[in-house]
Parts: sequence; C-alpha cells; structure tokens
Amino acid sequence: MASLKALKMRINSVKSTQKITKAMKMVAAAKLRRATEAAQASRPYAERLEAVVSSIASKVTVGPQSPRLLAGTGKDDVHLLVVATSDKGLAGAFNTNIVRLARKKAEELRAAGKTVKFYTIGKKGKDQLARTFRNDIIHSIEPGDLGKLSFTDVQGWGEDLTARFEAGEFDVAHLLFSKFVTVLTQEPTAIQLMPVAVATDGSVPSVGASVEYEPDEEEILADLLPRNVSVQLLRANRENAASEQGSKMTAMDNATRNAGDMINKLTIQYNRTRQAAITTELIEIIAGAEAL
Amino acid sequence: MPLHFELVTPEKLCRSDDVYMVVVPGSEGDFGVLEGHSPIMSTLRNDATLDIYATQGATPEKLTIAGGFAEVNEKGLTILAEQVVEAV
Repeated sequence: MASLKALKMRINSVKSTQKITKAMKMVAAAKLRRATEAAQASRPYAERLEAVVSSIASKVTVGPQSPRLLAGTGKDDVHLLVVATSDKGLAGAFNTNIVRLARKKAEELRAAGKTVKFYTIGKKGKDQLARTFRNDIIHSIEPGDLGKLSFTDVQGWGEDLTARFEAGEFDVAHLLFSKFVTVLTQEPTAIQLMPVAVATDGSVPSVGASVEYEPDEEEILADLLPRNVSVQLLRANRENAASEQGSKMTAMDNATRNAGDMINKLTIQYNRTRQAAITTELIEIIAGAEAL
Repeated sequence: MPLHFELVTPEKLCRSDDVYMVVVPGSEGDFGVLEGHSPIMSTLRNDATLDIYATQGATPEKLTIAGGFAEVNEKGLTILAEQVVEAV
C-alpha cells in the first residue's frame, strides 16, 4: 500500500493537472466563439463566388482554350490530396480524423490505379501522414495559429497550388478538412478543389440569357478561378479553426472530468490508509496499556 | 425604388443595404448601376474607387477595393472584393 505522503503528492499533482485542463477548456471556449464567427463570416463570399463560377462555367463550352482550372489537364492519373490540419495537438481526435479520411481516400485512389500525392497544411497532419507516405508529400505548410490566418496568407498557398497544377504536377486536387457542425460534431470532409466541379444537373440557377459580360466569359473565368481556389482554402481553414477549438474544448472537458474522478478515488484511498494507520496506533496503545 | 447593394469580402459581409446608385469601376470602364439595371457581370480594376450614392444628389461615399468582381441581377448589385479600404 502506498504511503500517506505518496498519496498526498499524487492527489496534488492530479489537482494541478485538472487546473491546467480546466484553463485550456476556458481558452478553447473563448477562441471557439471567435472562430465560429469567422467561419460564418467567410461563408457568404464563398457561396456567392461558387454560384457565379458555376453559372458562368455552365455557359462556357469547354475547349482547348478554356482555362485549365476549368477543363482539367485532360487526364485523371495523378491525384493530389490537400490535407488541412492544425499545428498543435491536444485537440482530441481532430487531426486524427482528418488524417484517417486522407488515408482512406488515398487507399481508394490507389486501388483504382491512380498515383496519390500529398500537400499538407499543418504540422500534425504532416507528421501522421509521413509515417506511411513519407515520399509522397510534395510540400507542407505550417500555418501557425489557424484563428489568425488572413486571406493574404492563404492566397499565397492558392497561387502555389495553381502554379503546380498548371505545371502538370497533378491532374485532380482534393481538399480535406474538418467541417464544423456543432461543438460536439465535426465532420471530416473532402471536396474537389481542382479542376472546378461544375454542377451539370441543372441545379445551378440560370442567370438568364441576357446577361452581359465585361470582358467576355472566358476572361472572367480566368480571373475568378484562381481566386476560387484561395477562397476554398480559406474557408477550409476557417472551418478547421472552429473545429479544432470545438474538439479541444470537448477533449479538455473530458480531461477535467477524468481528473476529478481520479481525485475522488485517490482521496478515498488516502482516507482509508489514514484510518488504517490510526486504528493500528490505537491497537498498539490499548495493547500496551493492557499488558501493564 | 432603391437598389439593393451588397459588398462581400472573404473575411466578412461588409455592406448590405439599399442605396440609390453605385458607380462601379469595371475593367472596361466605369458604369453606374441604378435600380432595374440589366444583368451584367464584370471584373473590376484593381485599387479603383467605388462611389456609393445613398440618395439622389447625395455626396458619394468612396471605397477603394482590390481584386473585385461585380454582378448585377434582378436582386440587385453584388460586389465580391478581396480587400476593401475605406477612403479618406
């Protein structure tokens, strides 16, 4: 049986752990609010841009002159997975869930005979993917604090990706991130980033035939498509920021509760041990008195 | 009848209200948009000024925008811009 002093020390150490996890939970809760606001604020732009792009794209006939971001490279061999995660851990299964989706997707694509490459955003995703796909990671970015990312940061990555696409490094790019549904649920999601997926089922609201274009459709598209890539990246990172904080909050809440349970258990053990020690002492005293 | 005008950046929805007229710096020349303008889509010049007239004859409010795109449809005017700078 552990000594009283050792027990006391363990209780104290669990107590300080609990204080830390509690503080981290509070911080995550405060950051979560800001992150969800940012995620929601970036939605109108992304939605409008998407609507405009698909309505123009549905009008343009795809030919050899069309922008590559719309027409694709004409092949479907090399797939790039852009895996967006965070730099920091301690957020429950947040990073692991995204990486798991990436692995699943990679295996599916490989089984279909495609080449898979990775482009990672975030240290955690890179570290986890490097265990099995070390040689397939073509580039990795460390974004730092996801909540502080601005559009200008993301634009650089978008331009880099577009340049690689134009250079023919890959044929199709998918973007993987965690979609923020509620604090408790985050959904790892994959969307097609390049070439632009155009809804062909007529779900795109028609703009009417009388729309004027300045300059013409092709030039507008050439201007908008690279921007669309950056906007999607920004949106993914904003969603990730919110998901990360949500996931962190839940994880830290669980940790705090577990620490509480631990403290209760240890305290009971401490009290029992103390009681046992007192009883032993009493027996000794009584036995001593009787012997006289 | 006022014109419904929306200005959106990737960071947030900057402006969404009813105005009288907006002069848009299109890449092929400025054009004024009033209520009932025919549908048009246009890219915008970089770092150009957008004049917003809240009412007829009012002094225009000037905004400098970068990396923009304008769309006019039956619902009004929507401008997507990468950056918006409030002019002095």
